[in-house]
Amino acid sequence: MNIPNELLYRRTHEWAKKIDSKEIMVGITDHAQKQLKDIVFVELPSVGKEVKAGAPCAVVESVKAAYDIYAPLSGKVTRVNQSIQEKPELVNKDPYGDGWLFQIEISDPGELDNLLKPDQYKGVIEAEQ
Amino acid sequence: MKKTPLQDIHSKLHATMIPFHDYSMPLQYDSIMNEHRFVRKNAGLFDISHMGRFEISGDKALPFIQYVITNDADRLADKQVLYTPLCNKQGGIIDDVLVYRRDEKNFSMIVNCGNTGKDLSWLQKHSVQYQPLEIKDVTDAVSLLALQGPSSNHILETTLQCRLDSLKRFYFTDFVWDNTRITVSRTGYTGEDGFEIFVDAGKVATLWNLLLEKYGRDSLIPVGLGARDTLRLEACLLLYGNDMDETVTPLETIIDWTVKFDKDDFIGKESLLKQREKGIGRKMAGFEMIDRGIPRHSYSIVKENDSIGRVTSGSFSPSTNKNIGLCLVKTQYAGIGEEFQIQIRNNTYNAHVVKIPFYRKGK
Repeated sequence: MNIPNELLYRRTHEWAKKIDSKEIMVGITDHAQKQLKDIVFVELPSVGKEVKAGAPCAVVESVKAAYDIYAPLSGKVTRVNQSIQEKPELVNKDPYGDGWLFQIEISDPGELDNLLKPDQYKGVIEAEQ
Repeated sequence: MKKTPLQDIHSKLHATMIPFHDYSMPLQYDSIMNEHRFVRKNAGLFDISHMGRFEISGDKALPFIQYVITNDADRLADKQVLYTPLCNKQGGIIDDVLVYRRDEKNFSMIVNCGNTGKDLSWLQKHSVQYQPLEIKDVTDAVSLLALQGPSSNHILETTLQCRLDSLKRFYFTDFVWDNTRITVSRTGYTGEDGFEIFVDAGKVATLWNLLLEKYGRDSLIPVGLGARDTLRLEACLLLYGNDMDETVTPLETIIDWTVKFDKDDFIGKESLLKQREKGIGRKMAGFEMIDRGIPRHSYSIVKENDSIGRVTSGSFSPSTNKNIGLCLVKTQYAGIGEEFQIQIRNNTYNAHVVKIPFYRKGK
């Protein structure tokens, strides 16, 4: 299982990476991309949009179906990954790198405590299997 | 949940299983995209034992079949196969099926998995005037495989040591293999050359393994329902429950050619005749997305803020790399070149009607 140590997770299979004290980067986990397979479309939030922790804010579509992506933290979207609109397969190939989804300027750093540590997230996957 | 006789084999192949009507079926083994492309280029093997199979026998089997289908079984030679809807009195589609004529008194029918029970009661209900007639459900006794793709002919000939070159599309043949009768028909649901193979449920695992082991992963792979759906959509073969149901008549779809008004009475004829005279209010069309976005079953279609119809099937198309779909829209918007918008979640995205099928083999 590829669950990088430096990231935080949501039980719905998103990861969050602290860029600095205010900004986080968001993507889906390796486990999620393996489950979805063949990602062919990503619908991203627009820059400037306010998102709420736990609310759906993007959609990833495989050949088979569309899946909601939930914001791990509340805040404002500051950047989105344009290259995955052209090449959605990047989310499959490099979910923690070139396949990132968007960045958020977080409004409540306290929410970080609600996210899962790598070993907790590993427990979530194991429980699912 | 019902299982086909290949359930253990599917788990050994690490298939992702999904419930499909009453059955647990493989969605994909590897990935839908790879499986789809492999069938277009080489060949794929599908377990389609979930589909319902009936054997219909009796002196009046032919007139009975003629009465319950809209297409014309009188035109069938022995060992020929016919695609046809079964309609209700109102002309609504009860199911779309394949009719196999063994001879004038013996037919088989392949029906959709989710409709097996409904079809059987429907057929029995209308068989009263055609007695003595036997309608036997052989779904559990006889398994069904599909071998599809440009190299299917070669693979099947060398595996079964038979000649299939002369077997024409929509014909079938029987022969003995491993001391059992197997029926091979040149039919399929992918838009490629290929076969559907009827074999005893007790022997299907042997045949499945024989095919896959003889050829190896470079020539033949197992394919799940996911790719079956994208392959059939590109070829514009309809899916019951999505593209049509009892509220849709064949005249409104792209299988209007399966209604033969020049034959004797059949269930639904009167309603369909009326509909033909009056004209249809909606029509099925194939469309391609202009904007980025994937159309899916049941999404609304709008034009200048008016609702004009709905998507019946939609997907990313692995062969064309486009997002495609079939829809039922008000007739005036069904012509090639018409533009409209698909409602996807909270936005609308432009699409236009194109020539179908989306994919034609050898192109």
